[in-house]
Amino acid sequence: MITVLYFARLREAFGKASEQLALPAGTATLEAVRAMLAARGGAWAHELAAGRSFRAAVNQSVAGADTPVRDGDEVAFFPPVTGG
Amino acid sequence: MTVRVQMEDFDISREIAQLRRDNPRIGAIASFIGVVRDLNDGDSVAEMTLEHYPGMTEKSVEDIITEARGRWQVMDALAIHRVGTLKPLDQIVLVVVTSAHRGDAFAACEFIMDYLKTRAPFWKKEQTQKGPRWVDARAADDAAAERWQVK
Repeated sequence: MITVLYFARLREAFGKASEQLALPAGTATLEAVRAMLAARGGAWAHELAAGRSFRAAVNQSVAGADTPVRDGDEVAFFPPVTGG
Repeated sequence: MTVRVQMEDFDISREIAQLRRDNPRIGAIASFIGVVRDLNDGDSVAEMTLEHYPGMTEKSVEDIITEARGRWQVMDALAIHRVGTLKPLDQIVLVVVTSAHRGDAFAACEFIMDYLKTRAPFWKKEQTQKGPRWVDARAADDAAAERWQVK
C-alpha cells in the first residue's frame, strides 16, 4: 500500500486530502500511479491529465514521471506552488 | 539554520537578535519580508488562506538554504513562513541571512526567496469580491529562480 496526498486545488477537486492505495501491478512509477488515478474519470481525469499543470512528490521530494514508487511510499499530487 | 512554518506573526527584531546572538564574525545581515497586498491580478483581496504540505515544506526550505550555503559565505539563515488565514498588511514570510560581508548576504537572501517561491509547497487561496480563487503560479517566479541556474 502507498499513501497518496492531495493539496490545494486538487484536494478540493477530488474531495479528499489523502487515501491508501494498492500499488499498480508491475514496475510501479509515479506515471503508473497517475494513470491509475486518472482512469477514475471525472475530476481525476481532468486534473491529472498528461499535460495538465500539476506537480508530484515521492516521499516529500519533487518527483517526475519515471520516479519509482515502492510499497510504503508517500506520494503527493499538487498544483504548482504559490507561497512567499 | 532555522526553518519554521507557523500560524503566528513574527517579530523581525527578535528573530535577528536571536540569529546574530554572540557572533562577532557577522558583518552583514540581509532580510526580506513578504506581506499581503490588497490587490492581485486586478481584484481586491479581502483575505487569503495559505495551505502547505507539512514535512515536505520544512525539508524543501532546508534544502534551499543548504544550497545557498554551498554558493555563498553564509553564517546562518532563518526562514519563517506563515500559514492559515492572512489579511492585507499581514506579514507572510521572513528570510534572514547572516554573513561576513553584504554581497553574500544579499545574494543568498534573494536566492532563498526565489527558490522558496517556486519550490516550497505552499498554496494561496484568495477571497476576492468575485469569490474564492486559488492563486496561479507565476511564470515570473519561475524565471526569477531560473536565473540562478548555472549556464
